[in-house]
Amino acid sequence: MQATIEATMNQMQVLAYLPFYPLLSFILLVLFAKRLSWLTASILSVGAVLLSALSSAYLLQVAMLTPNSVVDVHLWQWFKLGDMAVNFAFRLDSLSMVMSLVVSGVGLLIHAYAAAYMKDDENFSRFMAYMNLFIVAMLLLVLADNLVLLYLGWEGVGLCSFLLIGFWYQDNDNAMAAKKAFIVTRVGDTFLAIGLFLLFRETGSLAINDITALAGSGEIANEMAFWICLLLVGGAVGKSAQLPLQTWLPDAMAGPTPVSALIHAATMVTAGVYLIARMQGVFVLTPEVMTIVSWIGALTLLLAGIAALAQSDIKRVLAYSTMSQIGYMMLALGAGAFSAGVMHLMTHAFFKALLFLTAGSIILALHHQQNIFKMGGLFKKLPLVSILFFIGIAALIAFPGTSGFVSKEAILAELYSSNTAGPVFWWLAIIGALITSIYSFRLLFITFFGDYRGDVKVHPVTDKLQLLPLVILALLALAGGLIGLNLTALFPAPPTELNLVTGHSDPAWLHNVAIATPFVGIVIAYLLYFPKTGQAVVGSDSSLTKFAHGGLGFDRLYEWLLVKPFVFIAKVNRRDVIEQLVTGISWNVQAWHEVLRASQNGQLRWYGAVIGVGVVMLLAILIFSGTSEPSLQVMNGGAQG
Amino acid sequence: MSHIPLSHAFILAGILFVIGFIGVIARRNTLFMLMSLEVMLNSVGIAFIAAGSAWQEADGQIMFILILTLAAAEVAVGLALLIRLQQQRQSLDIDELSDMRG
Amino acid sequence: MTIEIPFYLAAGIAIIASIRVVTGANAIHALLYLVVSLLAVAVCFYFMGAPFAAGLEVIVYAGAILVLFVFAVMMFDLQGDKDPEHYYGDSNSGNNSSGSSHNSWFSRWFGPVLLASVLLIEVIYVIINSSNSEQSTSTIVSAKQVGILLYGPYLLAVEIASFLLLAGLIAGYHFAKGQDLPGRNL
Repeated sequence: MQATIEATMNQMQVLAYLPFYPLLSFILLVLFAKRLSWLTASILSVGAVLLSALSSAYLLQVAMLTPNSVVDVHLWQWFKLGDMAVNFAFRLDSLSMVMSLVVSGVGLLIHAYAAAYMKDDENFSRFMAYMNLFIVAMLLLVLADNLVLLYLGWEGVGLCSFLLIGFWYQDNDNAMAAKKAFIVTRVGDTFLAIGLFLLFRETGSLAINDITALAGSGEIANEMAFWICLLLVGGAVGKSAQLPLQTWLPDAMAGPTPVSALIHAATMVTAGVYLIARMQGVFVLTPEVMTIVSWIGALTLLLAGIAALAQSDIKRVLAYSTMSQIGYMMLALGAGAFSAGVMHLMTHAFFKALLFLTAGSIILALHHQQNIFKMGGLFKKLPLVSILFFIGIAALIAFPGTSGFVSKEAILAELYSSNTAGPVFWWLAIIGALITSIYSFRLLFITFFGDYRGDVKVHPVTDKLQLLPLVILALLALAGGLIGLNLTALFPAPPTELNLVTGHSDPAWLHNVAIATPFVGIVIAYLLYFPKTGQAVVGSDSSLTKFAHGGLGFDRLYEWLLVKPFVFIAKVNRRDVIEQLVTGISWNVQAWHEVLRASQNGQLRWYGAVIGVGVVMLLAILIFSGTSEPSLQVMNGGAQG
Repeated sequence: MSHIPLSHAFILAGILFVIGFIGVIARRNTLFMLMSLEVMLNSVGIAFIAAGSAWQEADGQIMFILILTLAAAEVAVGLALLIRLQQQRQSLDIDELSDMRG
Repeated sequence: MTIEIPFYLAAGIAIIASIRVVTGANAIHALLYLVVSLLAVAVCFYFMGAPFAAGLEVIVYAGAILVLFVFAVMMFDLQGDKDPEHYYGDSNSGNNSSGSSHNSWFSRWFGPVLLASVLLIEVIYVIINSSNSEQSTSTIVSAKQVGILLYGPYLLAVEIASFLLLAGLIAGYHFAKGQDLPGRNL
């Protein structure tokens, strides 16, 4: 007993400091910016994340001993609103455990890689500072005990995303991409904020635990729960680049590649998934919203997959792939398979980070060439990197035995019989898996096979600091599925009357189809895309390809639907109505000033004439108002009296 | 003595006043403006005298005497200023003295 | 009735002389017309039953004040004042061409005359329409009455007037002589 309490005390200590190492490092990096050498800055930033990762690992190790343990740390009271105190408090359960491990673990590897990748950048310490700040915000997000703190982290990662996408802001395109990402996610953030307000109105609390408890005891009206969940989904959709707010993610690839790996593949974009999983207690009350989430996930999964088929930029392929994979997670959440969704989140973080980082190494080796049609035959030139990339691709398409296989199978297994998803979604997911394997191998074949089509010399990748994280990530991508992730205790069975699981059992052929799908995709990709000797490899020019290349026209749709009308209104209202009022006042004052100034011309004769006019007018008033009589009678009466 | 209607005296005063007023605002020469002012003051004097006689009161004449005093003082100061003006600007044009414009 | 004729005669002379004062080009001539105007007004005073005021008008106005004017005019270089219209028009161009002199003469007098006419019409309208328009100025107010009143109820006004004269004296002296004082400018 004594030992348990002590362990808990230790855990609390560790947990309390966990997110703040990178914050310290961030502050130091910002303060000393360019005075730090590359080595100091790297040690500082990577070391801070390392401390966080070690803390997470320690907590995991302790948590292993006592299953389903929950650690609460109350740091300080943030502010008080009426009866509700919002605390700066962390809560570590198995879900946030997984998330903080992913964030700090994958974050650590990416930090190490980034230190090597960005070595020659003149703003190196600024870059590492932003990365650290991102880790801080992300850890706050996943560890938050209440939704206000979660929102702080939510906005913090959005800010860091903006800063890092626009890291090379000297190029206007990058700055535009950063703005686009910020503005589009802001739409989602607004939904989330409104959702939080509603939630507070309904429950009077924003502590996640209270809300889950209240939802479990049926304190939240069903209709209100519907709207709250819809708004929360709105927030998740914005952050996780799902339909219809997905357009920012491909452009976000303008940032440095480690940023794409960390923020736009492994961690931040999965925050939406985390949010829904976190609030699952409320979500299970509204099967309608769950179905909506399923639809969003399924549609995003397919559309992003199709768009990925037509991309020529290696990073954009991966970006669409990320969207598609998050679609899987959403689908899982919508189907009620929370545990599988979070599992996929974790494995996806491993293999997608691996893919992005290897892509980064390739890009660096080819002197910032990102066009896959300018690559080719890289297998012979960069064997190690290529093998690592293969591993990532294998996990992505759920090749049996890899981590991706484990998590994707877990999702597929639950889809078919789910009440809020069902066979239709299962088929959509299978088609998605097919497309995934086609575009993955298209990428693989075009990039690594055939003849080298580039015009720059390929630099071999030798930097140990670059390769080490890649190898570790590759191991995780392969074996990550072995991490037995069982979150079922955290996600209790929903109330029986909702009954997410229908009676009918899965047909036996389901698993066989699911396992076979990637191989079918590989064959199709081989037939379509494998570079044949003596034949030029170029991208298709058909209008359909162009349509898919542009992200299925969503950008254009929003341009017509939102930007054009807004610009039009702005143009119409260029002379702001309110401003017109204000300037009208000042114009009026100025006009009068001019008139009166002109009258003050310093000319005595003019003044005299004005006095004369005044007398004339006064007399006229007296005459026409008929009071001339009394005015003289006063004179008369005064003399007589 | 005589039976001059009060209104006639007032009209005479009005005509003289208006003539003086025209002089003040039409002439640019400061000396003529001063003389026009004398005409105006004088016309006011007529009005006071006429009213005083009409009601058999001496107040009208007292007012005239005060106006006379005022005119004397005004002319003294005005002419002194005129002399300084001539010395400093070599001109009596009142329109050139517009330094106090807004 | 005949006794009133000198009054109207004097009034007409005063009006004509005043007009000549206002429109005159030569300062000395204008001053002499002013003397005529003042004397005519003095005659009017006499006929309105105020012989004392008439005397004062002649002595103080025509005698003292006008002499002050004459002295002042004598101290000026009158070259520029003989023809005031000479530099009329655009205040910057001192030598306006004679071709536009008629036009400038018209524009110079038109506004003031129009304004003054309206004023005069209004004043006459008020005078005629007032109830005591037919009251006549028939009684003589003697100097004795004036004196009693002046050194009785109006003593304070007399004192103030004396202060005013003193102030005029000092100011006149100061301004006219100020050039001698170093560092003092108008």
